[in-house]
Amino acid sequence: MTGRACRAALCIVLAIGAGVSSLQAQVAFDRILRAERTPDEWLTYNGGLSGQRHSGLTQITPANVKNLELQWVFQARSLEKFEASPIVVDGILYTVQAPNDVIALDAATGRVFWVYTYTPSPLARLCCGRVNRGLAILDQTLFMATIDGRLIALDAKNGGVLWNVAVGGARAEAGYSFTVAPLVVKDKVVIGTAGGEYGVRGFLAAFDAKTGREAWRFDTVPGPGEPGNQTWSGESWKTGGGSVWVTGTYDPELNLTYWGIGNPGPDWNGDQRLGDNLYSDSVVALDADTGRMKWHFQFTPHDVYDYDSVQVPVLADIPWQGRARKVMLFANRNGYFYVLDRTTGEFLLGRPFAKTTWTTGLDAKGRPQNMVPLSETGTQIFPGVQGATNWYSPSFSPRTGLFYVPVWADTYSTFTKRPVEFKEGQRFTGALPGMPIRLLQPSPVVNRRRPEEGHGAIQAIDPKTGTKTWEFTMTDVIDAGVLTTASDLVFSGNREGYVFALDAKTGALLWRANVGGQASNSPITFAVGGRQHVAIAAGSSLFVYALRQEGR
Amino acid sequence: MRPFTTTATLMALGVATLLSAQAAWAQGHGYTPADIESGGLLYQANCTGCHGPEGDGVAGVNLGSGRFRRGTADEEIARLIISGVPGTAMPPSTFSEAQATWIVAYLRSLADAGPSGPVAVGDRTRGKAVFEGKGQCLTCHSVAGVGSRVAPVLTEIGSLRRTVELQRSLLEPSAEIRTDNRFARAVLRDGTTTTGRLMNQDTFTVQLLDAKERLVLLDRANVREFVVLKESPMPSYKDRLTPSELADVIGYLAGLRIRR
Repeated sequence: MTGRACRAALCIVLAIGAGVSSLQAQVAFDRILRAERTPDEWLTYNGGLSGQRHSGLTQITPANVKNLELQWVFQARSLEKFEASPIVVDGILYTVQAPNDVIALDAATGRVFWVYTYTPSPLARLCCGRVNRGLAILDQTLFMATIDGRLIALDAKNGGVLWNVAVGGARAEAGYSFTVAPLVVKDKVVIGTAGGEYGVRGFLAAFDAKTGREAWRFDTVPGPGEPGNQTWSGESWKTGGGSVWVTGTYDPELNLTYWGIGNPGPDWNGDQRLGDNLYSDSVVALDADTGRMKWHFQFTPHDVYDYDSVQVPVLADIPWQGRARKVMLFANRNGYFYVLDRTTGEFLLGRPFAKTTWTTGLDAKGRPQNMVPLSETGTQIFPGVQGATNWYSPSFSPRTGLFYVPVWADTYSTFTKRPVEFKEGQRFTGALPGMPIRLLQPSPVVNRRRPEEGHGAIQAIDPKTGTKTWEFTMTDVIDAGVLTTASDLVFSGNREGYVFALDAKTGALLWRANVGGQASNSPITFAVGGRQHVAIAAGSSLFVYALRQEGR
Repeated sequence: MRPFTTTATLMALGVATLLSAQAAWAQGHGYTPADIESGGLLYQANCTGCHGPEGDGVAGVNLGSGRFRRGTADEEIARLIISGVPGTAMPPSTFSEAQATWIVAYLRSLADAGPSGPVAVGDRTRGKAVFEGKGQCLTCHSVAGVGSRVAPVLTEIGSLRRTVELQRSLLEPSAEIRTDNRFARAVLRDGTTTTGRLMNQDTFTVQLLDAKERLVLLDRANVREFVVLKESPMPSYKDRLTPSELADVIGYLAGLRIRR
């Protein structure tokens, strides 16, 4: 605790007055490493460094989940989509009210301790909403990256600013923005820049958690002289995109941090950037200390469909052809489910989990074959521009051995190739694809979809074969992630305004509640006061559930 | 690119169909019928007050002609829709890029469909009499609160639909049914059948306005069979009315305008 955060005398009073305070909010990195073994907390964006979004909590079970009861609601003062996934430390829940206000609440009651208000520059340019996906914590410092290119460290006890730095090169007026929840690795905070629709040159960067000083940087679009630069024609690398806007993962044994990289720019005209366009639409494995790349795997070379590969790279150790193997499970926006060896990047398996027409299939190394070019008169492609899945988190359950993913099944777009001139700070995309899914819906939720326009689903995929074990089908598409628990439950929410629980083994619906707004984030779970809670945001609010207590 | 922000609130609109969705797609603007339909909903809810349903409500401006004075590329037109035109009555808007692009898609579709053609527009007063009498339109529709609530309300339909659309809806009501005007039939597990206008639906429930004007929620767990009807319950008036009666009804409907 710093002098700025509390005077010494007051600190002593707090320590005496509350029996637990000596344990509070000392989130050493060791504790984050062990996060999956301390399921009462939710210490990182995905609950742990492996990105499994799986909890060891078992109080809520398939048998009693029907007794879930709303405990409290946090209503954000923002009409932006509530995309933040909270973290929970020692009974305090921290989340972000879009765009960049940080809130600390009592996790059992929802009563607010403090609010940190940050007003980002009005020059910030965002393709898809002034949103934020959450925070990271280390020791007693919270980290938030802002939509106007800053990284801010706050004291977790009182919301006071410890440091606030402008990230080098991340000029808001040029389309650089941060919407990602940071990832803490050892003594560093890692973030990446959004802006793939503005012709930015993407990067990942690590900052010293104590000072905010930049420790390393990885350019997702290599410059002249760097390997991979030859995959960009002419000067196109300068505006190549390759944004990063969803939190990566970390393997402490390999000391590698894994991040999915976004689309190349311009999105829908590849003629202006001939070549494979590395490392757009790839996953990269970086040395966590230096940022040096150990390996990469590109899912969609020379993408013209906007198949950002920012999905969470989920790390799991599973039996693979008779022996245990360290793998990465990756359900890509391009409609394929991949298994990679995460030590080497070797392609092990790739199978479509939704209708895909952009390629005839993958070769033995996982490279797509016969990719369909776009025409100037419109080309219909499955999956559509929103992909077969998107940024919201999947989950892996070590108990069932299944991978769970939200899916836009059998949706398509009509893509049209048109030239576009780069002007700094303006959209650099090409012609907006036509989408049969009505993004324009009356609010609150009215479903005008036609069945032939595809549907939403949650799928359980067996990673050993890439085949679907079950599917929970919905009439409308889905914008929320999934959470699994050690009692074999799957939690999620959907565009229709429901939050719900499924049986992780069968996909059977076990519980649902209508909260009346689109869920646009991924659920978490935690325990406080001996009671397991589940939290998910929908519309502008965060809803927190626990089992009904006897006698109340 | 991430999912687009969806903030627009729209009113459910009337009965007529969009003639030219397929045509515009086929002619290579790259827009889907859904884009054009979304653009039409936005245009009708936000633009017809000044520009009129035909796009020619402002003197010297014809948005349905396919030619725009202040730009040629679709992106330019979309930007104008967002920024407005300073020094004119055209205000800036809060449309997203996607929404503005859909409006352009709709305007392009008007041009691609060609001129409305010779739609005979007859006498409003005679049309009202046919509408309420021989046509029996109030059996399903309503105007200013008079009539049935089951089919779309027509009180302001003249501000929302082009005469060519009104004509087509009268002659070929099933040619294209807007998604907010679909009818559905549900057969329940106990054997009873409910038919009505499909107001909304989700994974677990269906909301209908049934033939008795009741708002009904059905639990899909109790529904044995659920069909969205491809045929409109509205009959064609091709042989039910004479050409001059049809023209009069179109004249009446075209005159049902938003009062400001």
